[in-house]
Amino acid sequence: MSEEFKVEIVNPEKSFLIKEDVSEVIVPAFEGEMGILKDHISIISFLKPGIIKILSKSGDENYYVEDGIVEFKNNNLSILTSSIFNINDLDKSKQQDLLKQAEEEANKPEINDQSKYLVDQKIEVLKSLN
Amino acid sequence: MASLDDLKKRIASVKSTQKITKAMKMVAAAKLRRAQESAEKGRPYSEKMNNVILNLSSGISDKENAPKLLSGSGKDQIHLCVVMTSDRGLCGGFNSNIIKKAKSYFAKLSEEGKELKIITVGSKGNDQLKRVYGDKIISHISFKESKNANYFDAEKVGKIVIEKFEDEEFDVCTIFYNQFKNVITQIPQAQQIIPLNTETSEEDKSDDSYEFEPDEDEILSNLLPKNISTQIFKAMLENSASEQGSRMSAMDNATRNAGEMVDKLTIEYNRSRQAAITKELIEIISGAESL
Repeated sequence: MSEEFKVEIVNPEKSFLIKEDVSEVIVPAFEGEMGILKDHISIISFLKPGIIKILSKSGDENYYVEDGIVEFKNNNLSILTSSIFNINDLDKSKQQDLLKQAEEEANKPEINDQSKYLVDQKIEVLKSLN
Repeated sequence: MASLDDLKKRIASVKSTQKITKAMKMVAAAKLRRAQESAEKGRPYSEKMNNVILNLSSGISDKENAPKLLSGSGKDQIHLCVVMTSDRGLCGGFNSNIIKKAKSYFAKLSEEGKELKIITVGSKGNDQLKRVYGDKIISHISFKESKNANYFDAEKVGKIVIEKFEDEEFDVCTIFYNQFKNVITQIPQAQQIIPLNTETSEEDKSDDSYEFEPDEDEILSNLLPKNISTQIFKAMLENSASEQGSRMSAMDNATRNAGEMVDKLTIEYNRSRQAAITKELIEIISGAESL
């Protein structure tokens, strides 16, 4: 029996990635990292800033996301996100840009606790990439 | 009858107009391909988003405490209409079709005694609506600077709408846009986004329940504002494809009409030239005869 399922990443502009032969996906869900294997129960969850790891026979891929929703149903994993980057395409200067943006946001006085938490997450992840 | 010189000038002017419309048609065709592509690529996102929300809302336990963006404010008195049009003209019936649709909706509302508020997106719609509904327009947004429809702009509109909803400035929100079907047909659409219409799709009422993390309410209240931006973004993409398609066919027609006009004027020009020659000949012959 094959242990593979389908993953689809969509952003508002286009279908970002479709892969049919995925064995495991690790997503940074809102309440902690979550690994999804085949025949996982149907689930809907949020993403916080972090790294999506896609493990498959043809090689592993890593993506950096800032927000999004994951839906898993009938062995179809859909990830909806408005900001996603392939780690390999994310060079140093782009990283610095994102980091700077996040730090600026974190230093705003009117920020509320939840977005503060998210921004801190973002900064942490971006720093860990370096 | 116009003199030969006048005819010559008119032919030249029609020809130069034809050159302009031809160029516009070609530009629109090139832009259309891009716009159509991005409209088609953008569809999965909004469809998926819709599906997730439908699944969520069918699973939600107590409807009373559901987020207001989903269930509405409980009233149906003040209607907000977001009318999305283009920033440029010369695109056939594109803008007037949306406006017509919107106006008939406005008329229905006022018949029912409902209050109306309008947000216009794109300057052409604003121009057409402000004559009659000037006092109803509460906000006008235009994205003349941005070349293509992008998600940032849609988010901006979405934020305005949500802010106004949270301030209880309206109860029901409808967006008006043109759905792109093909180059010749664009269908003006009225889509209600607040409260969300959850009964539209009667597809598989999946009975397998989802696991939620965090709980449904939190997900929904985070998701619904995103969905509004997404729906607006979808409308913007459809609109930009429709605009280019509509402009292309309008300019194609204009080019063809100009061609017909040039042909007609050329015939007229040749006829009057020949008439003038014949007249001169007759004068010369009769002059020679009388000698």
